[in-house]
Amino acid sequence: MPASTPSSDPVLAPPPRTSLWLGLASVIALVTAQTHAILTSPPDADMGHLQKIMYVHVPAAWMTFIAFFVVLVFSVRYLWQRRENDDLLAASAAEVGATFNGLTLMLGMIWGRPAWGVWWVWDARLTSTLVLFLIFVGYLALRAFVDDTDQRARWSAAVGAIGAINVPIVYMSVTWWRTLHQPPSSPATLDAAYTLGLRLNAIALLLVLIYFIRKRYEIARLERATEHAAEAVAMGGR
Amino acid sequence: MAWREDWRRVRAIARKDLTTELRGKAGFNAVVSLGVTILVLLGLALGPDAEALRNAAVGAVWLATLFSAVLAFNRSFQVELESGALESLLQYPGPRWTIYAGKLLGNLIFVTLMVAIVVAVGVVLFGVRIPDTWPTLLGILALGIVGLVVLGTFYASMASRSRAREVLLPLLLFPMLVPLLLAAATASKALLGADLMHEASAWIRLLAAYDLVFLIATFLAFEHVIEA
Repeated sequence: MPASTPSSDPVLAPPPRTSLWLGLASVIALVTAQTHAILTSPPDADMGHLQKIMYVHVPAAWMTFIAFFVVLVFSVRYLWQRRENDDLLAASAAEVGATFNGLTLMLGMIWGRPAWGVWWVWDARLTSTLVLFLIFVGYLALRAFVDDTDQRARWSAAVGAIGAINVPIVYMSVTWWRTLHQPPSSPATLDAAYTLGLRLNAIALLLVLIYFIRKRYEIARLERATEHAAEAVAMGGR
Repeated sequence: MAWREDWRRVRAIARKDLTTELRGKAGFNAVVSLGVTILVLLGLALGPDAEALRNAAVGAVWLATLFSAVLAFNRSFQVELESGALESLLQYPGPRWTIYAGKLLGNLIFVTLMVAIVVAVGVVLFGVRIPDTWPTLLGILALGIVGLVVLGTFYASMASRSRAREVLLPLLLFPMLVPLLLAAATASKALLGADLMHEASAWIRLLAAYDLVFLIATFLAFEHVIEA
């Protein structure tokens, strides 16, 4: 086990700029995929045009899980190798994941009100998504309330990994507790008229996810470089 | 024998914590009083219909337990923050996990005593009829306490050293306890009724698995968390 040496990057080396092209590509992909889905899919037999919410709601839920998985992987890798960048990447994924998680919940409620007649039901999928959101919030709160960067990295990696272990357990327990949600939408459960739209939007949102995480990571690296520089100056460097 | 040495360390830390509590008593009394107060408030908010109260009893007892246990967990690490006690504790030879195990044991005894009082008061206030399956109910309670203390002690080791310990610990801990709360409450409710669906045993197995998973995971992670 290495001692708690903060793995210091070259003090002022600026991190690589996230390519503008990735950002542009994700915007174009999202606009194209949404336009395609909205124009080509026929109104649903039961839900009419309300069904269009699915094109963001369902991929956003998938992105939440991908982001959570990224948090798990880089948290565990941080505990193993103690490289500062893994901590920053896990934190960036957690922030973006929480955003997608919140988006999933909001869109689901907007859909649920006309479709089910209520904003909220204590169904398995809804409840476990909400609990997942609360676990994310706890992780981000921990980061906000710990000042020492090394301590923050170790603690949030532990909280991230243990929180991720809990996700399947939460899901299982809540499923036993109550189930009412329609089977989750995936290309397999959908009429062919909707599958392409869903797939395209999943790819578009995946690009958005990657772009957001990279951008957030880049900002986190810059913030850290600033801190290192300030430290160096305080130590009487330049 | 190495394990005997380790066990001695674990006991020493638990005994130290419990002795501090015993000499002070104010901490235990305050925590138990909070639990009872929460039960009274819940009774007022949900009552006075006797049937409604009886149905809410399990949930009320667990909520009162969670909120007062959080105070106990924070206290157990707060006492180590004065005069660099934690640093000295870390200086002692021997594996670090014994510190966690000792804290765990101390908290387990503390919370079990607290829950015994809270449950007794809950049974009286909410008019619970004790069924013949009461040994199983006690088993569920025990499994629930173990899970609560494992995660509570682990998160308190961080939250108590952060800037916002009062709010951070419940914020981290409560969402993690959702499976535990569901399993313990649903299984107990089933047993207090007739358990016509025979669902209690599945929940009890889930509760046991939950305890085991997090006992192992927190022991592995504690080493990384405790470093100064």
